[in-house]
Amino acid sequence: MLTLKKSEIPSSEITPKQTYMNRRAFMTSAAAAGVAAVAGERMSRVMRPAGVEAAEKLTLVKSPLSTTGVTPTSFEDITHYNNFYEFGVDKGDPARNAGKLQTRPWSVQVEGLVKEKKTFDIDALLKLKPLEERVYRHRCVEAWSMVIPWAGYSLSEFINACEPLPSAKFVQFISLADRKTEILPFEAGISWPYQEGLRMDEAMHPLTLLTFGLYGEVLPNQDGAPVRVVVPWKYGFKSAKSIVKVKFVKSQPSTTWNDMSPQEYGFYSNVNPNVDHPRWSQKRERVIGAPIFRQLQPTLMFNGYADQVASLYTGMDLKKNF
Amino acid sequence: MSKRWIVALKVAAHAACLAPVAWLVWRLWLSVTTQPGALGPDPTHTVTFFTGRGTLRLLVITLAVTPVRRLFPKLGWLVRFRRMLGLYAFFYACLHLTTYVWLYAGFSWSAMVDDISQRRFITAGLAAWLMLLPLALTSTTWSIRKLGGKNWNRLHWLTYAAAISGVVHYWWGVKSGVKTPLTITVVLGVLLVARPILKQRSALSVQRSAASDL
Repeated sequence: MLTLKKSEIPSSEITPKQTYMNRRAFMTSAAAAGVAAVAGERMSRVMRPAGVEAAEKLTLVKSPLSTTGVTPTSFEDITHYNNFYEFGVDKGDPARNAGKLQTRPWSVQVEGLVKEKKTFDIDALLKLKPLEERVYRHRCVEAWSMVIPWAGYSLSEFINACEPLPSAKFVQFISLADRKTEILPFEAGISWPYQEGLRMDEAMHPLTLLTFGLYGEVLPNQDGAPVRVVVPWKYGFKSAKSIVKVKFVKSQPSTTWNDMSPQEYGFYSNVNPNVDHPRWSQKRERVIGAPIFRQLQPTLMFNGYADQVASLYTGMDLKKNF
Repeated sequence: MSKRWIVALKVAAHAACLAPVAWLVWRLWLSVTTQPGALGPDPTHTVTFFTGRGTLRLLVITLAVTPVRRLFPKLGWLVRFRRMLGLYAFFYACLHLTTYVWLYAGFSWSAMVDDISQRRFITAGLAAWLMLLPLALTSTTWSIRKLGGKNWNRLHWLTYAAAISGVVHYWWGVKSGVKTPLTITVVLGVLLVARPILKQRSALSVQRSAASDL
């Protein structure tokens, strides 16, 4: 009977072990990365727990821009705790409802202040540059955080391919709004489509990632498939998901949450522990997947990326331009 | 309603009010022992919403007792459950407050003072709890006698103020645009509107029956 019991490990016990193994694999290879930085080498450093239905694998190269010394959140939590209001306002809704999203065929239209209008097919985008693994901290404006091993390349590579005119000072991202495959719920209070935007220098910053995957696989639908932006030093809502259109514009574009409640959500929305949201303190954050009595941790300026990005905002009053 | 039925229903009501707490405690136990994900990815948030929604639901059910009795005079015995439901609402409110003090503020006075002075949703929530406190304290038969029925009744109108404050707290706590507090708001709204209408109606029927007695 003992042997039988041994084999009956509850799934709850398996996950932490997997996570532990992932961490080990991650740390070993992160250390190795310093020694053998061979571009083009197939990397599967951070692997998703086995047993979960396998998605399409991506070939990744390592990147010096990846955050080290952090423990990735479990694949389970990254894919089941989402704010993706197109699929419902509950954190579990996107995982439940995003199955209908069609990620092929998919194209991204580029318009506005560009040399010429272009349309990029998703498969062409995937091949535009080698995909890198970028482990980033992810901080939601709702005061929770994760660490996510994204896959993609710097947005700047894509922007260069778009050939924007010098007059383009901002870039706007438009997400899919499709009643046939999404819910677009009334409770979200959003006027669809979801829109986000960045100042050109923010968009061109090497940390800003055009993202196609996580944990070495193509993005699960609920995480913004097939292509999204990730801006690790800004609150999560700045990172537009399921992008169908990119517009280059002269002045600060309309962005969804800023339009809805400008006193709460600034256009910049840089992670800043010194500027509180009217509803909650931004000094601390709850780590997703951490034990309940050890969930709180201090929030870092620019989400820990101050060394790389603070210079973008020199001379700016960050309390006013929150 | 026979006494035996009342006792049976009271036992059932206690069980119904305690079952969610038992569930929560069980999940909490699992989450700190064998199953870290037992309370979901964001356990603090899970506990907060669980206890907060529980408080509002119980408050609204407590407030529904009187209008339901007026609508269906046969259900007059329901009043014998009102105190119990109200006290459970307060119990959930205490759990909710504890969650905040412990898991959000980390027992830090400065964090709490910061929150209360700067964040209106915290202020509204605390106000609601402070309004429930005297109601819980005066829930004994002794206090009813001591205060006198009229004064006691007047004091206990605070339940409405607490419920309104609680719903406002909910609205201010969720992201703007999000409409999840809508259901509880509508239910409370109906109760608030029903109260004076039903009171007038029952007053009229008392007058009528008094007139027919003549």
